[in-house]
Amino acid sequence: MSHELPYIAAIEEAIQLEMERDPSVLYFGQNIATTENDPFLKAFGADRVRVTPISETAEIGMAIGAALAGFRPVVELYMAEFMLVAMDQVVNEANRFRYMSGGKVKVPLVLKAGYGFTAGWAGQHTGSIYSMFVGVPGLRVALPSTAADAKGLMATAIRDDNPVCFFHHYLLTLEHGEVPDGEYLVPFGEAAVRRAGKDVTIVATGWMVDRSLAAAERLAGEGIDAEVIDPRTLAPLDTATILESVAKTGRLVLVDQATRHGSASAIIAAEVADQGFDSLRAPIKQVTALDATIPYSEPMEAYVLPDEDKIVAAVQQVLGSAPVAA
Amino acid sequence: MSSEQQGAGLDKERLSWILTQMTRIREFEERVKGTFEEYPGAIRGHTHLADGAEASIVGSLAALRDGDQVLSTYRCHGYPIALGSDTQALMAEIYGKSTGICGGFGGSMHLVDVERGFLGTSGIVGQGIPHATGAAYAAQIRKQGQVVLSFFGDGASKQGAFAESLNIASLWKLPIVYIMENNNYNVVTRSDQEDANAAAGEPLAVKAKAASMPGVTVDGGDPLEVHAAVSAAVERARSGAGPTLVESKVYRLSAHGNIIAPPGVPLHYPEHEAITVFGAREEYEAALRGDPVPRFRAKLVGDGTLTPQEADAIAAAAKEEMEAAVQFAWESPYPDASEAVNHVYA
Repeated sequence: MSHELPYIAAIEEAIQLEMERDPSVLYFGQNIATTENDPFLKAFGADRVRVTPISETAEIGMAIGAALAGFRPVVELYMAEFMLVAMDQVVNEANRFRYMSGGKVKVPLVLKAGYGFTAGWAGQHTGSIYSMFVGVPGLRVALPSTAADAKGLMATAIRDDNPVCFFHHYLLTLEHGEVPDGEYLVPFGEAAVRRAGKDVTIVATGWMVDRSLAAAERLAGEGIDAEVIDPRTLAPLDTATILESVAKTGRLVLVDQATRHGSASAIIAAEVADQGFDSLRAPIKQVTALDATIPYSEPMEAYVLPDEDKIVAAVQQVLGSAPVAA
Repeated sequence: MSSEQQGAGLDKERLSWILTQMTRIREFEERVKGTFEEYPGAIRGHTHLADGAEASIVGSLAALRDGDQVLSTYRCHGYPIALGSDTQALMAEIYGKSTGICGGFGGSMHLVDVERGFLGTSGIVGQGIPHATGAAYAAQIRKQGQVVLSFFGDGASKQGAFAESLNIASLWKLPIVYIMENNNYNVVTRSDQEDANAAAGEPLAVKAKAASMPGVTVDGGDPLEVHAAVSAAVERARSGAGPTLVESKVYRLSAHGNIIAPPGVPLHYPEHEAITVFGAREEYEAALRGDPVPRFRAKLVGDGTLTPQEADAIAAAAKEEMEAAVQFAWESPYPDASEAVNHVYA
């Protein structure tokens, strides 16, 4: 059984269910639970649900301390960039405590942060910075693209014994989708094949998944059968599913809203070149944002971002059905 | 209040325990320092010694009871020793051996002993303060009367992590005591060169005012004065009244750490920065004359709490224990190299 929910509500449903299930789950952060009518505060009380000051270093650092002391905090950070204020806590504290202790402690926490708000939010609130956290030992990175995954990945994130960066895409906030009822877990490290195809593999993350599916429909009209894969988590990364697809199609297009040299697609491209080179019948093509800060003005914003046309052109190129751009 | 009055509530056993722990920490640190001569290359990277801070560490920890928790900085050898961790496992960790308390994964700066309430350290200045604050939040929710001690240096009080944490702890009335071990030096920078309060001639405890919590300054060379102040703060925290900032003035008797050198250059402990950087040999020698370990021993022998023979026995036992710790560490095997990929994820 399932019900329809907006993406953001699916995330909240997961947090609520996990808080009901496990009294060690805490939820705190900025601008939540500021009145007694807050549903989380009403349901779980002021011990477990708290508004914090705008103090990212303390919020994330306290989550680490509470986790060391046996709790499972979910920190509401609003925007991914706000984590940058507290970078040490994210990439040099939370992720290292278990390792440096030789496995004696664990740090289960979730950093919930929105990203990619490319709707006129200009330079500092629009970044797709998730790949910064990929390859940081000890961190997990989840990147849901549907309402169902938003719920299932959040539930898994809360139950995971490691620090998890849970990045939700701002442009998907109000996208509705069917969400399974009750307990629903999406395992980490299992990519979803969103569309099966035999001619080309498209790997896309977050908001780019729907853009890639739309591109695939257009390409189907030209007789091109594209497979679309959504990794869902970047750490761990389901390299096997991607390699298996490339073995079938021989062609790979990577679509990522991050800047070209800071993208997860660069990491996936390297893995496929390393482990799947023999399968490739054409060079790997990356469709990413340009290496620029996101501009405010609408036409410029659109110019730097990947879109359906750019995905279609890249697929045509790897299939040799379009001339290489001059 | 004189330290004699402050110690009045402590019986001979407790006073003897304090001297014993101070002596054990000192002896351990002497053996760490000595390793650079005895077993060159056995200790890698950077170690930071607590010599000079023993009275502050032990006076503080003496205020705790079972179930309380402690987090500190990378200058972390002293706390687990006083909390009862196995000194052989601690020394083996510093030697990078498989028998180390963290299996050789952490080293000198990252000791952990959860069973004894030592939850961990951060090697980055100030960044462990929010961890301790989070542990105090956990203690508040758990409602078992636990208190957390957060140890850090004076330098850390200029980090955002300090101001942010104290604000939340005071706002939420968390059961925590912030213990700033003020040794007046940030590596080679003196406090009055980098701290507005210090430059204005004020104690650093005034920083508590910004977070609307009590701030006190104590002589960190006197374990009984430290114990009295921290006990009052612990009691306040346990009662639900919230946090306190205790500025404990200490003098570290060694340099910030062993020399920072590329591989191939033998590591050793240089002289204190007062001498090497500021040419203030008299400042350092005065601090040595006030060394808290012999000072407290002399007090306990002087007031008849301990006989000289009892005090000598404490020193001899510590020497023997730490000699055994060094032997154990030296003779222990290294971890299997392939273990390096363990423990990245839980």
